[in-house]
Amino acid sequence: MELLRFATAGSVDDGKSTLIGRLLYDSKQVFEDQLEAVERTSVARGDEYVNLALLTDGLRAEREQGITIDVAYRYFATPKRKFIIADTPGHTQHTRNMVTGCSTADLVVLLVDARVGPTEQTRRHATVASLLGIRHLVLCINKMDLVDWDKRRFEEIETEFDEFATRLEVHDLTCIPMSALQGDNVVDRSAEMKWYDGPSLLRHLEEVHISSDRNLIDFRFPVQRVVRPISSSELHDFRGYAGQVASGVVAVGDEVVVLPSGFRSTVEAIETPAGPTAEAFASQSVLIRLTDELDISRGDMLVRPSNKPTVGQDLSAMVCWMSESPLRPGARLSVKHTTRWSKVVVGELNYRLDVNTLHRDSAATELSLNDLGRVSLRSQLPLFYDAYRLNRATGSFVLVDEASNATVGAGLFLHPGAVPGGGH
Amino acid sequence: MTYRLSHLGALESEAIHIIREVVAEFERPALLFSGGKDSAVLLHVAAKACWPQKIPFPVIHVDTGHNFPEVIAYRDSQVAERGIRLVVGSVQEDIDRGAIVEQPVPGATRNRLQTYTLLRVLEEGGYDAVFGGGRRDEEKARAKERIFSLRDEFGQWDPRAQRPELWNLYNTRHRPGEHFRVFPLSNWTELDIWQYIESEEIPLPAIYFAHRREVFRRSGMLLATGPFTVPREGLAEEAPFMATVRYRTVGDMTCTAAVESSAASPREIIGETAATRVSERGASRADDRVSEASMEDRKREGYF
Repeated sequence: MELLRFATAGSVDDGKSTLIGRLLYDSKQVFEDQLEAVERTSVARGDEYVNLALLTDGLRAEREQGITIDVAYRYFATPKRKFIIADTPGHTQHTRNMVTGCSTADLVVLLVDARVGPTEQTRRHATVASLLGIRHLVLCINKMDLVDWDKRRFEEIETEFDEFATRLEVHDLTCIPMSALQGDNVVDRSAEMKWYDGPSLLRHLEEVHISSDRNLIDFRFPVQRVVRPISSSELHDFRGYAGQVASGVVAVGDEVVVLPSGFRSTVEAIETPAGPTAEAFASQSVLIRLTDELDISRGDMLVRPSNKPTVGQDLSAMVCWMSESPLRPGARLSVKHTTRWSKVVVGELNYRLDVNTLHRDSAATELSLNDLGRVSLRSQLPLFYDAYRLNRATGSFVLVDEASNATVGAGLFLHPGAVPGGGH
Repeated sequence: MTYRLSHLGALESEAIHIIREVVAEFERPALLFSGGKDSAVLLHVAAKACWPQKIPFPVIHVDTGHNFPEVIAYRDSQVAERGIRLVVGSVQEDIDRGAIVEQPVPGATRNRLQTYTLLRVLEEGGYDAVFGGGRRDEEKARAKERIFSLRDEFGQWDPRAQRPELWNLYNTRHRPGEHFRVFPLSNWTELDIWQYIESEEIPLPAIYFAHRREVFRRSGMLLATGPFTVPREGLAEEAPFMATVRYRTVGDMTCTAAVESSAASPREIIGETAATRVSERGASRADDRVSEASMEDRKREGYF
C-alpha cells in the first residue's frame, strides 16, 4: 500500500476542519468515544449540529479561541492508500505553517468558499505550495449547498483560479465542487451535482499518480553516520556509511565519488532494513559499504562521478522567515542542509516576494515573520546542493539562530547562477 | 524494479533516519521502554538503525511498582537478548523516601507520579535525547507535537513555542539542561504498528493476546482483579467474573483496562483493529478520561 502525504489549507471559515473531520468520519477513522467527546463539546458550546471541526482542533487554546494555531497531523487509510494530512492553519499570520505543512507533502488541498471565491489567502497558499514544489493542487470549492449547487458559479471560480495558477508552477490542478458539511463529493459523489463528472476528493486522493514525482535520476547520498563497530571482534573490519538515499538509485558495483574530498570508490554492498540488496533508491534508509577505506564523515555526500550537485559556499536561495525579529543583511546564522551543519552570513536581500501579487519588491531591506524573499548567503563550509525544483532533499535547508537555537527560516536553493530578479 | 516502498517500508525508513540523526547529533541518548507494543517496535527499529552495532544507548524503564509481571519479564528478556543497558526508575523508591506522595486511596493510580521519577532519572543520567514510542494518532495534543520535541530545563513542553519542523531537517540544537523527546513513530497508526509487528515477527508480552483472566467492571471498563485493583465490596456492578480478554496498551495495572477479545495473534488483532469503533486510549486508559484536555496537561508537565 502506498503512502500519500497531503497538506490542507484554507481560511478559518472555509470549512477545512469540517472537511477533515468528514474525511476521517466517512472513512471510519473516527472512533465512537472521540465522536462522543465531540458531541458533548458541541452541545456545551450550543452548536446546532455535531461539529466535526472539533475532531481536529487539538490544543485547548484552539478550542477556546476557535482557531487552529499550528500544523497538526492526521492519519487515515482506505484499502488503496494510507494518508497523512498536515492540517495547516489558515490564519493570515501563519504562512510559516503552510511552508512547514507543504515541506513533506505530495499534494495540497485548498479550500474556497463558493460564495466568496478565491481570496488573497487562496492565492498566497497556492503560491507557497508552488514554491515548495507541490506538483498536485486540488481546489475544493466548498459550501456549494449555499449557492444552490450552481454549476456556473463553480465554473466561474474554476476559471478565475486557473488564470492565476498559470503564473505558478502547478503541474496538476483539479477543481472539485463540494459540501463538506453535507458530505457531497468528499467521499461519495454528490447526488445534488449530477453535472460534475469528476471524482470525489477521496477518490482523487486514492488515484492521483505520485510515484513519478520522486527524483530517481540524480543519486545523492548524504552520510548520516559512519558505522564502525570496533568493539566486537568479528566485525572489527566493518566500515559502513549509514544514511537515507536523498534521490536517485544506487547499485552494487557503481562507481561513486565522495564530496567534498573527491575520492572515488565502488559500492561493495548495500544493506537495507530487510537485508542486503543489489540496488537502493530514493527514501530508503540504508548502509553502504565501499571497496576502499576512505576518510569519510557525517555531512559528506556520495554521488556519481558523472552527475554531481553544485558544490559551493556562495549560495542564492528563497527564504521563508519564521522569526519575530526580522532577517537583515549581515545576520549570522547556522544552516542545516542534508546532514551537514555550517555557519552562514546573510549577504544581500535581493527582493521580498509579495505572495499575493507575485511582485518582487527589491527595495525591501528586511524580511519579517512570514515573509518570503530571495537572499544570498555565504557559507563557512561548502554545501552540496541542487535546485529545489529538481531535488527537494538536496535543495532545502533550515536556518537556526545561534543564540536562541530556534529554527528561524526555511530555504530553497534556486538554480545556481540564476540572475537576481530573473526567473526562479 | 518499481522503486517503491510500501507504507510500512516508508515509515520504517523515516524512523531509522530519525534514530540515526539522534545517534549522530546527541551525546547521551536513551530510549524509554515500557514493554508495550510501541516501545517494542521502537526498540526493533532502533536495532536496525544501529546495525551491525548493538544499540549504543540505554533503555529507561519507569517502574510504577504496578506493572504486569508479564511485562517485566518481557522487558528483562529483551534487554538480555539485545545486550543493552537497562536503567530502572522506581516510583516506589521515590515514594518511600518521601519525594512524592501517593494519594491515600487504595489502588490509586501512579500514572501521574511517574513524571517525577522519569524527570529525576533523565536529570541524573544527563540524557539529552530521549526516544519515546508516542504516535500522533493516539490523541489530539500529540497530533501537534514535533518529532523532535524540546523540553526545557524543568522537563516541560510548551506547545505554543514549538520550533517549526520542515522536510527531514531536524534542529537538534539545545542549551545545557534542556533535552529532546524524540518520537520516531510519530507518523505510525495503531494499525501500522500491528502490521509491522506481524510482518517483522516482533515478540510481545503475552497479555497483548487473548487469555482467560478474572476481571470486573468499573466506569465501563474491564479491570483485572489483582493486588492493586480490587472490586469494591458490596458493589454488585463490580462483581468479578472470568473473561477472555487482551490488552491494547500496557500501563499501570490500576488504570489499564482489558478488552474482551479472542484475538490470539497479530493477524487476528489487525482484523479487530481494522473493525474497532473505540480508540485505543478511549478503550483502555482511565487516565485520559479525566478531562478532554488531560493529555495536554500531563504532557506540559513532562509526561511521556
